[in-house]
Formats: sequence, C-alpha cells, structure tokens
Amino acid sequence: MTNKSEIERHVMAVLVDNEPGVLARVVGLFSGRGYNIESLTVATVSEDESASRINLVTSGTPMIIEQIKAQLERLVPIREVYDLTEEGPHVEHELALVKIINAGAERREALRIADIFRARVVDTAVDSFVFSLTGSPEKIESFLELMRNLGDVEIARSGVVAIMRGEKRKQDA
Amino acid sequence: MSGIRTSGAEMVIKALADQGVEVIFGYPGGAVLPLYDAIFKQNRVRHVLVRHEQGAVHMAEGYARSTGKIGVVLVTSGPGATNAVTGLTDALMDSVPLVCLTGQVPTHLIGNDAFQEADTTGITRPCTKHNYLVKDVDDLSGVMHEAFYVASSGRPGPVVIDLPKDVQFAEGDYFGPDEVTHRHYLPQTVGDPARIAEAVDLIAGAKKPIFYIGGGCINAGTEACEAVSELVRMTGYPATTTLMGLGAIPSSSPQWLGMLGMHGTYEANLAMHGCDVMVAIGARFDDRVTGRLDAFSPDSKKIHIDIDPSSINKNVAVDVPIVGDVGEVVGQILESWKNKDPQIDGKAQDKWWGQIDEWRGVDCLRYEQGQAPTDTIKPQYAIERLYELTKDQEAFITTEVGQHQMWAAQFYKFEKPNHWMTSGGLGTMGYGLPAAVGVQVGNPDSLVVDIAGEGSTMMNIQELGTIAQYNLPVKIFIINNEWLGMVRQWQELLHGGRYAESYSAGLPDFIKLAESYGMTGLRATQPDQVDDVIKQMLDTPGPVIVDMVVSKEENCFPMIPGGAAHNEILLGVNDRKEQTQSEDGMVLV
Ligand SMILES: Cc1ncc(C[n+]2csc(CCOP(=O)(O)OP(=O)(O)O)c2C)c(N)n1
Ligand SMILES: [Mg+2]
Repeated sequence: MTNKSEIERHVMAVLVDNEPGVLARVVGLFSGRGYNIESLTVATVSEDESASRINLVTSGTPMIIEQIKAQLERLVPIREVYDLTEEGPHVEHELALVKIINAGAERREALRIADIFRARVVDTAVDSFVFSLTGSPEKIESFLELMRNLGDVEIARSGVVAIMRGEKRKQDA
Repeated sequence: MSGIRTSGAEMVIKALADQGVEVIFGYPGGAVLPLYDAIFKQNRVRHVLVRHEQGAVHMAEGYARSTGKIGVVLVTSGPGATNAVTGLTDALMDSVPLVCLTGQVPTHLIGNDAFQEADTTGITRPCTKHNYLVKDVDDLSGVMHEAFYVASSGRPGPVVIDLPKDVQFAEGDYFGPDEVTHRHYLPQTVGDPARIAEAVDLIAGAKKPIFYIGGGCINAGTEACEAVSELVRMTGYPATTTLMGLGAIPSSSPQWLGMLGMHGTYEANLAMHGCDVMVAIGARFDDRVTGRLDAFSPDSKKIHIDIDPSSINKNVAVDVPIVGDVGEVVGQILESWKNKDPQIDGKAQDKWWGQIDEWRGVDCLRYEQGQAPTDTIKPQYAIERLYELTKDQEAFITTEVGQHQMWAAQFYKFEKPNHWMTSGGLGTMGYGLPAAVGVQVGNPDSLVVDIAGEGSTMMNIQELGTIAQYNLPVKIFIINNEWLGMVRQWQELLHGGRYAESYSAGLPDFIKLAESYGMTGLRATQPDQVDDVIKQMLDTPGPVIVDMVVSKEENCFPMIPGGAAHNEILLGVNDRKEQTQSEDGMVLV
C-alpha cells in the first residue's frame, strides 16, 4: 500500500439477500483479504424476510476502506453497502448483558453504578446480578471497566447496530 | 406461467442448450449419474470426456477465451469437485467466464460425511465469482440462468452450481432463460461523463504519455479492442500491453512497445516509469507489472478504466478512476475527443518518442543463436521461428508456466485478441495442454499450439488421452531445457546457485510417449533442425508432440527482480546493479 495514511473506524450497513452462505461470504472476504472486523451483527429486516442487514464495524486506511466497500459490492447477494461513517450523523447502539459475581459492599456499589448507567437488572441471585445495558460502545466500555473492578464478570455483547439520523431510509423493503 | 415438467437432471441439460452451450467438458461419477443419463438421451449438447477434472476446467477456460463464449464443466462430487479447484481459481484470477456443475450427495446426507461428500460451496466460495447449492428442484432453472448471467456479466468469472443427486432426480417445472427473472446485479458499464472529460483533457495535454493495456480489454470483446487500438492510433502515443493483454492492439503497430512487467521490454518498463500520463485500460496494477510500489511510475497522473471498482485504487492510487466497460468508455473518450478536437503537443511527443527510440535501441530481447551443428538451440530462437512459420495463418497459442511462457510472450506476436491463452494471475503449470484442447474444440479448423515447458507438460500429461480420443490436432511444442527453468533462474540469481530440486529428472522420451498415444513425435537438437521440425509439425494433420531440446541454462531477460523498480530492470546476468537483492524483495514471490 502506497498510502500510509491514518487508520479510520467505519460503521457500515450492508443489505443482503437473506440466503444461506451470505454471512460466510462476507466473513470469508474479510479474513481472506486481511481486513479487520471489530464487530458484526446480522438479522433479517424486510417484512417478507428476503433481506437481511449486516451491521459491521471495521477499520483501515481510507484506501482500504474504499477497497472493503468495493469488494463487498462485488458479492452477488449483496444489495447495497452503506458507509454510515461517511454518510453523516447516525446512531450507534450496542446491547450488553453483564453478569457480575460479588457480595457485600461491592454488590451494592454494582447496583448503584448500574443505576447511573440506566442498566436494568434482568436476573438476581444471592451472589450475582445480570445487568442489561444498551448504548454507545463507549458507554458500554466505561460500564464494563467499572464492573470489572467490582467482581468477576461475564460479558455478552451484541456488537454495534447503527442507523442514520433523520428521515432518510437505507432500505427499500 | 407454467413450465415444462421434467427431472432436475434434464432441466440442467435443457438450460445448457437454451443458453447456447454446444459443448461441456466433464468426468462422470456417482453423484452426477442422472446428469450423464440426461446427456446420453439428447444431442444438443456435446460432452468431451477429460482425464482429470483440473483438465476439464482448463479446457473450458481455453474454449471460453478463444471463442468469447462461456465454458462449461461437469464433475462429480467430492474428489471431482476438489480436483476442479485449481482450474476455478485460475479462472477467477484471469476473469474467465465459466459455469461448473458439481454433483453433490443427496440433500438429506449433506453434512454427514457421506461417501464422496465435500463442502463444495464452502471450498469454492473464495475461488469463484459466485456459487450455488441447489436444494430444491424448483429453484433449478432460475439458478442455471442466473449463473450464466453472473459468469459473463461485468468482470467475468467462474460460477459453481452444486447439485445434490436427489435434486437431479426430482421432478419440477423447467423455465427458459426469458421466463425467469433473476436478481438485480447490474455492473456499471457506461463511464461518468465528467471523468471522461477529465481524461480527455489529461490525455491531450500529456507530454510523456503511455497506454497500459490489460486483459480486461480482451474480455470486453473484439470491438472494445478495436476502439482501444483506434484511440492509440489517433493519439499516436506509445502503448504497452500486459501478459494478459497481448493481442488487444496489433503487435505490428509501431506504437506498441511490447509487454511490460517483470519480463517485459526495457522500453515498456522505462516508459511506464518515466511517463507523465498513464492510461490504464482493463489492467489491474498487478505486482508482476508494478514492481516496487513506492517507486512505481512516480511522476505520472493516472487514468484507470475498469469494469471492476475493486480493481481501482487497490494497489496504486489513481487520479482519474473511470468505472465502466472498456468498449463503452473508450467509445465515449473517442467521441469526446472528436468533438473537442484537442491539440496534442507535437514537440513534446517527438522528444518522448526520441527517448523511447533510444531505449528501444538497447535491443533488450537480443540473444545469440549460433548455427553450427554443435550449437544448442536457444529457446528464444525456437519460438521466434515458430512465430515466423505460423504467422500467416490463424494460430492460437497457449502456454504452460515458466521461462518458456515469458519467451513466448516476448517472441510470439499477436495481431488480434483471443489468440493468446496463458495462465497469468495464478501461474498454473499444467494449464497450457488442456487449455489447448479446449481451444481446439472451439476452433476445430485452426492451428493450436501449446508452447510448453517439459516440467509443466508433465502436470496434466494425462490429457494426451483426451487428445487421442477425439483426435484433436493440437501441437504440443515443448521447450525442453531439462530444468524447471524459471525456478532454476531464481536459484541462480537469488539463491547462490543452489539448485534445490529444480532439475527435471525422470522425463519420458516424448517421441515414444507421443507414439504410444498414436500421435506423432518430433525432435530437434540442433539449430538447423528447428525449421524442418516446425514445418513437419505443421504438415502433420493430427496431434504432434515436439521435443525442442534447447540450451539448459538460458535465462529469461529483461528481468525486474521482485521488489525492484521499473528502472532497476536487469538486461542480463552481468547487468546486476547490486549483487544481492533487498531483504524486502527476497520475500516476494
Ligand atoms: C502448479 C505449479 N506448481 C509450481 C509452480 C512454480 N513454478 C513456476 S515456473 C516453474 C518451472 C516450470 O518448468 P518448465 O515447465 O520446465 O518451464 P521452464 O521454466 O523450464 O521453461 C515452477 C516449478 C507453478 N507455477 N505452478
Ligand atoms: Mg523446463
């Protein structure tokens, strides 16, 4: 690569035909060509279930980002690739389920912090809580950092889903 | 709408016929027996029985590239499919339109490690343009027709259709190509007018221009190549072609500087290095072409025309990217040029051509052929004589991979596209012999020569059986240096002359081998026998193997060592600018 410019993080929404193997094609493309995947989620989004939306976060130089989009667009079942980072203001959300195992003061402190972050308690046992939290990846990150100080944690994160602000739609179904 | 009620297998063959397929290359097995049964019962589609599935794919490639049609392959599940993988990868790298039908175990056994089961769609996902597993016979006609569309539209490539045996037996409705709608995959073919205008201005204002013409032009078709040739003619600018682009413009044009790249001409590479405007047309800035990237044509503005947006700005950042079909875009440029009627800087052009002529004066392809009976035949000489003795007829040339391939590219000249078939992207030894079979099947009355190395020939030698069975008059012209010559050359130049495992030991007697298949075998060992042997080969109506016994240690020059820049091109062994290659360069292939 001649272009040694800065690494950028990009959030993309990829609309694909909902058929077997699409995800493997996308993931195979990233691993085969050495691109990064920071997170990836997929679910059907059209009423007739014919289309799925892959939300992915990747990083690379501007030239690599351009390549990623061009390579994705080459895949036959891919309908549309939207680079939300480039297109403008968008909302990024992630869901995290966090189990924390602790007792005493730390247990109370965990509950207090959860309250500040508006995390909901979705399960309680004598020595553990499971919190559910949604928000930007940064918010989740800071929550996790605090929780890690308060006990043993287990974390399940959804990865980023994102959507453009305003009335423009990125989907025809 | 109601279709014709029939079995999956019959549907496949009907779809092939409806797509205009005349011939398929294949090999039977348990998982494709219903398909073979359907083939047996009809006579619209001909079947060529190969000896190894890799051969089938290369044959289909040769057929496709020489005829402009889609090549079709039929193989069984498991080993049949895995044997096809090299050919599919080759076709992907060189953008050859293929449809490959693979048998599969019945749907209810998929995933059970059944006999001759392989995850064919999984294995071939990264080496096809697209692939399908058809689990429902009702999807079959749609998939078949879509596959042909996908294989040939945009940047062409191979498509695999995996067909479980129960789907081949199942009854369903067949629909013809016009009765099915398939998806929305629409490559952009027309260039952005603003970019076209920019390109025209840049081309017209160039002082040291060059056209860099690739295999995409040939894929775009004969008319596209004519448009490119016209653009070159009209501007009077120099042009170079890649290995895959040979024949896109006539080699007889005085504006043609020969091939560029690792074994390209001195003038082509230095012109690329020194140009101020580069017009890349259907070429992809492959590492064999660019050499060291950060030293690649440092002072030029670059225009890049390509149907595949992912080829643009991949390795080299360009100034004017134009996504579109070469024929369309060059047509737009020609039209815009004629409207604007721009003034070219004649003085600058004279100066540029003066410089180029100086480079040409180096005579970089020079070699010395002694004519005494004790002299050995130079490989270059053998190929040059082959060219001289065949240039007045319609000749198709395929090659294997190695030194002979590069010499063929340097010394055989092409006036027209689609007459040169070589494995460029993947560099597959064993390509040329089966590819020649496919070319001959598609062009039964033309001369087809596989310019081969003795090492590569052994890689798909089993296809002699196919040649014999169909009595195809293919000529296998072996440049026999008794070495895996290209490997030997790198070992000589870069690994201190330690010739590890690069000697072609245990070769057969090619004359006896030919005779054992009922073919003609000929041999030349002295320079004065070369013409006679070539003439004899041409006069023989059937298949011929020629054993051209050539100098063993000839090296292929010019050469840009891996990781070097165009202006670091070596003209010969004694021209080593540095005795050792950079460490960065050594790791390159
Ligand atoms: C399938 C495959 N295996 C290995 C190579 C590496 N390789 C490139 S050229 C070459 C030697 C080819 O020898 P030969 O066919 O005799 O041609 P020559 O170079 O001697 O003209 C080899 C081994 C290759 N290109 N393809
Ligand atoms: Mg050899």
